[in-house]
Parts: sequence; C-alpha cells; structure tokens
Amino acid sequence: MRHIIAVLMENEAGALSRVVGLFSQRNFNIETLNVAPTEDPTLSRLTVTTTGNDRVIEQITKQLNKLIEVVKLVDLTDGDHIEREMMLIKLKAAGQHRDEIKRTVDIFRGQIVDVTSSVYTVQLTGDQAKLDAFINAIGETYVLETVRSGVSGIARGEKVLSI
Amino acid sequence: MEMLSGAEMVIRSLQDEGVDYIYGYPGGSVLHIYDALFQQAKVKHVLVRHEQAATHMADAYARASGKPGVVLVTSGPGATNAVTGIATAYMDSIPMVVISGQVMSHLIGEDAFQETDILGVSRPVVKHNFAIKDPKDIPETIKKAFYVASSGRPGPVVVDIPKDMTTPTDKFEYHYPDKVEMRSYNPATRGHSGQIKKAMDMLLSAKRPVILVGGGTVGGGACEEAVALARQLNYPVSTTLMGLGGFPASDRQWLGMPGMHGSYEANMALHHADLILSLGARFDDRVTNSTEKFCPTARVIHVDIDPSSISKTIAADVPIVGPTKSVTQEMLALLGKSKTTPDADAIASWWEQIDQWRERHGGRYDINDDGLLKPQQVMEAVHRITNGDAYVCSDVGQHQMYAAQYYKFDKPNRWINSGGLGTMGFGFPAAMGVKLHYPEAEVVCVTGEGSFQMNLQEFSTCSQYGLPVKIVCLNNQSLGMVRQWQDMNYESRHSQSYMQSLPDFEALARAYGHEAVTINNADELESGLEKAFAMKDKLVFINVYVDPTEHVYPMQVPKASMRDMWLSKTERT
Repeated sequence: MRHIIAVLMENEAGALSRVVGLFSQRNFNIETLNVAPTEDPTLSRLTVTTTGNDRVIEQITKQLNKLIEVVKLVDLTDGDHIEREMMLIKLKAAGQHRDEIKRTVDIFRGQIVDVTSSVYTVQLTGDQAKLDAFINAIGETYVLETVRSGVSGIARGEKVLSI
Repeated sequence: MEMLSGAEMVIRSLQDEGVDYIYGYPGGSVLHIYDALFQQAKVKHVLVRHEQAATHMADAYARASGKPGVVLVTSGPGATNAVTGIATAYMDSIPMVVISGQVMSHLIGEDAFQETDILGVSRPVVKHNFAIKDPKDIPETIKKAFYVASSGRPGPVVVDIPKDMTTPTDKFEYHYPDKVEMRSYNPATRGHSGQIKKAMDMLLSAKRPVILVGGGTVGGGACEEAVALARQLNYPVSTTLMGLGGFPASDRQWLGMPGMHGSYEANMALHHADLILSLGARFDDRVTNSTEKFCPTARVIHVDIDPSSISKTIAADVPIVGPTKSVTQEMLALLGKSKTTPDADAIASWWEQIDQWRERHGGRYDINDDGLLKPQQVMEAVHRITNGDAYVCSDVGQHQMYAAQYYKFDKPNRWINSGGLGTMGFGFPAAMGVKLHYPEAEVVCVTGEGSFQMNLQEFSTCSQYGLPVKIVCLNNQSLGMVRQWQDMNYESRHSQSYMQSLPDFEALARAYGHEAVTINNADELESGLEKAFAMKDKLVFINVYVDPTEHVYPMQVPKASMRDMWLSKTERT
C-alpha cells in the first residue's frame, strides 16, 4: 500500500543523505521525495511516498525516527490528508492541436506559463492521479518534457506536524 | 576563560570526558592533534600497526568496561582502514567515538591527497557522525559524540575534523559542557508501566516459558536483574551469542545458546515454548532460522531500547521499549508484590521435558583414538586452566562457536566476540584492548590460523606496550567454517578453504619477542596449556593442531524451524 510520510528534520548538511541512504540500505522503496526548509529555518520538512505492507511501513517509520537528525514524523495516510504535486510540462502546441491543448489545460485547471509559436509550457497542480490523467488526456506524442515536484502532504483539520 | 587551539580542544575534551586511553595512528591531517597529545600526559595513546586494530581495541575495551572506546585516525586510508572496526561495533551496539582527520576545508571535494568522504563512507555503519565546520564547535560536538555513542542503543560515532580546524595558532575560548541536549534525540529511559504489567501477568500465567537474554542485557548492565527474575520465577534461560555470561552457564536453569549452533535443549525449549521473554535480543537470522517457522506456539514479550528492533523479524505480542535494566527492575518490583505465582505443576513438567532434551545431546562430541585433538577438548581445557574466569576474545569461525559452546561463561562482559558482523581479525586486537585495561586479568584470544593472519601485525604493538595475552590458535590448516559448509552443501569441494603456506607461527611470535608453545596431540594438551599460562608476563602463542574434519554441532537445518538440527554428521532431529 502507498504511504505518504512527512518528516521534520534538522536543517543540516548531511541530514537528507542520511534519509535517502536509509531507504537504499534497508531495501525500502522511494516513489517520490521532496524537501525544503520550513518557516523555522532550523528545520526542513521532507515528504516521501513509499509502498510496503504494514510491517515494512512500521520499520520505515521506526528507522526514520532512529536517525539522530529526525525530529518528528507522521504517516499522513493514517488519517485524512491533502496531497498535492506540482508539474511543469512542455507540450508541442502547433497548428490545429494548439486550441485543443489549451482547452484540455483549462479543463484540468492548469495554467500556461510560457508560450512560443510551437510550444506551451503548462503548470498543473493536483494529486498524482490528476497529473497522470492530464498526460493521458494530452497524449504522450505531444509531451516534450515533464518535471514533477514529488508529493507534498498535510493533514486535514487541526492536526499539525510541528515541534 | 582558557584559550585553546582546535587541536588542544580535541585532547582537552577527551581529558574532560575522563578518557585515559585512545588507540590510533598518526598521519598528515591529524598532526596538529598528535602534537597537542604529545604535550600532555593524561590521555595516553596506543600506537597500533593498522587502524582496524585500533577500532577493535577500543571496541573490546567498551565491551569489557561498558564505557565508550576512543579512536584517533588520519584522513583517507587511516579512516577507511577503521571502517571494518566501526561496522563491527555498529552491528553489536558498542559505544565508540572515532575521531578522524580530514583534509583542509578548502580542499574537500577536490580529490586532495588522502581525502575520503568518511562521513559518506561510514554513514551506513555509524549511529551518527559529525563534521566540524568551526573550531569553536569542537568541545560541544565531542560531548555530543560521547552522549550519542553511549546512550539509548549504543553505537559508534565518527567526528570528522578538517586539518584547518586544528591550527595551533588559532585559539578559541574553551568550555566543555557538562551535558548536552538534542531536541531530535531522546532515547527511552524507562519502559511503559502498563506494558510491563501486562508482560508480568503473561509471564506468571505461562506454562512453557523461556527467558532469552541478549546483548542488550549485558550491554545494558541488567544481568543481575535478569538473573534475579529468572531465579525467582524458576524459568529456563537461554543466552544468545551476544548474551553469553548474562546468565551463569553453571546454573541449572541455563539451557545454552539458541540458534544455528545453539544447544539442542535451548532450541527445543524455544520451539515448544508458549512464552518467550526477550531481554535485549534482536531475533536475528542466526537465532531464528526461518522466521515463518519460528516458535509456532510462543507469544513474545520483547524488551528493547531500540523500537526498530521490536517486531522487525518476529512480531512481538507485548512490545516494551526501554532499557533492559529499568524494565527488569520494574518487573522484579511487580513480582515482589504479586499475589499470583507461576503454575508450579506446569513449570515442573516443563523442566522435566527440558531435562529429557538435555540428556539427548548435552554438547557431546567424539574423541579421536589417535590423540588428534578435537577443538572442543581444547576449549574445555582452556576453561579448566583459567578457572572459567578469563576474558575470552574470539575471532570468527568454527573456533568462535567452540568457544561459545564450551567455555562456560558465568560472568557477563567476559565473552568478547564479533557476533553481528563476524569480523575475522577481531580477536587479537580485542584481547589487547582488554589486557591493557585489566592487566591482572587472564585474557585469552581464541583464534584460528585463518583469522589470526588478518591482524597478526599487532604482535608488534603487544611488544611495545607489554600486553601478555594468551593466544589459543585452533590450527586446522583450513578455514574451518567455510570447509564445514562445503562439506555439508558442496560435496566437500573445498574451494579456497585450505590454508596453504602457513608461517612458522612459533618462530613468528619469537621474532617479535614473544613466546610460543606447540600442542600436537591430546597428550600435550594439559602440559602445553599449563606451560603457556604459567608465563604470566609473556604473550604466548599457543599453536594447537586440531582435527580439520570436525564440524560444529548442533547445526540447524537451513530454512527450517528451531527444532530442526543436525546433531552430528549422521544424526538429524
């Protein structure tokens, strides 16, 4: 099963490589990973999506907690949560397809953020399934390049991950 | 406030931490630190002949004393040579602080001479590592290193110090903190009382219980409590390879070691148990055999300081995260107040069953008619001659298992071996580390001619510092454990497991100024050992020729349950 784990860790050199190293050392799987400093500059927040049965996920959270620089973590998939991923996608947009692509972007509530005579660069935000659906709808032949941020997540309601 | 250079701060911090010995090897990046070391007398330095030996010495000191061992090495090859020793300590949860020099900060990343990213290299095998980025941080970082290494589940910590952090002319205010706090590191200090209570209820209602004592009981200083608990309950005890000595082997309640080369009775008892109380054991693959078939009727109470050890391989019914010492103390207090007592009839019939298992095998082995020694005979003789009171530092292989099985340990911290990593070459430097700190104690290195050659350069260190350890080399002219597996699984094709071109070990020992004794057969065993152990102030290399065809038994059948064992070359359970 897919899990989204959010980790607060010391914003120090080497902390990220410890987390990433842990996944490969212990044969855990990383699907997406993103990390950035938080409003408290001494802390970074990392979101990792991973898959595994309950036993594996329990080990992942325990092993992450064991890292000295990890301050706190939560498995967001344990409760209601919001997940978002941002994608920038460069599409062939010439001739008759130009309008069709524009319409599809609108349907998916994306934004065209850069334009040339033959290319649209589109920004799109949503969960992973929405981004995948957009690529499907456009058709792979029109896709020149994609970059995805990896999943970010936050719990719904009053629950917060902070120290 | 005192003004010190970075190099002086390193040494002063060690002084203030109460460190008396460090083990190391100088080199370019640590020259400033070695110069500061030279100008004081409190911290003494042991110059090894290879950095791996420095780490094993520090490690063994920690295992015997419970205090962290300290290593000082230079950058690049100095640090990489230390990695095997760091990994050894990591696998067995041994507190150790390794200070490694690094090239100047401005050269880092430029493939400078003797540059290695030791933080990256060591990351998977340390509890934590630190880089010094500012000389002012040295005292606090060293304090943190000792704190992290020795608290919670202990482990090795590396502190990497670029040479320009230790420049003698750059002085800074020195203050060594009494304690440090880290918001992201708060190891458990006691177990959950509700869980402990639940565990006690379960323990008191058990009909076929086994208490499993692991390295966390020995390392956690909880042996007295574990022994008291087991005796008050009259429950059988098995000690893992890392837990040997944690419960006296001469006690009737001791079943022996569990697992691959565990005793027949320990493995049978565990397989049939209805309850296992694990105190600081981590159910590794050499203990459990197949995890699916492991102890089918047992519920498990798992006490461990490290939550990730619990339910990692074997699901725990009652997990208790906490130090073995405080948890067992709480258990004893509950037991003292408890109105329930164990089911005497059930426990009596459990013991009856166990005694029957004991009779079936009981560690027996055949003795050769022609006088060619069996390795088991040698270990029993070493036990006799040292009154069972020696520190036994083992290398890795068949001899390690014979020592574990036949040197019956009654005290904790006396059995010093690389249990997790299985590092050949560990035993000799380990014995040196123990002897240095316990000069009055008998310290025996049990080794084989294969393992010994992995660190024999330390003969020289022993001459320099006067370390009269006794080396019992079970010489079977082959890598015995490899050979055993080849006999059992590869139709005796002994691929690269013979040890050809062996040196004249006796002459080699004498070349370094040591003594040597050769034991060729059973007739020479007692007299040879007596002669060797009588030379109190000499290192004696005891070269004992043993039967190369002997196998370690019992041996569990792979991928099977605990009770599936070979008891000899021809007898299977």
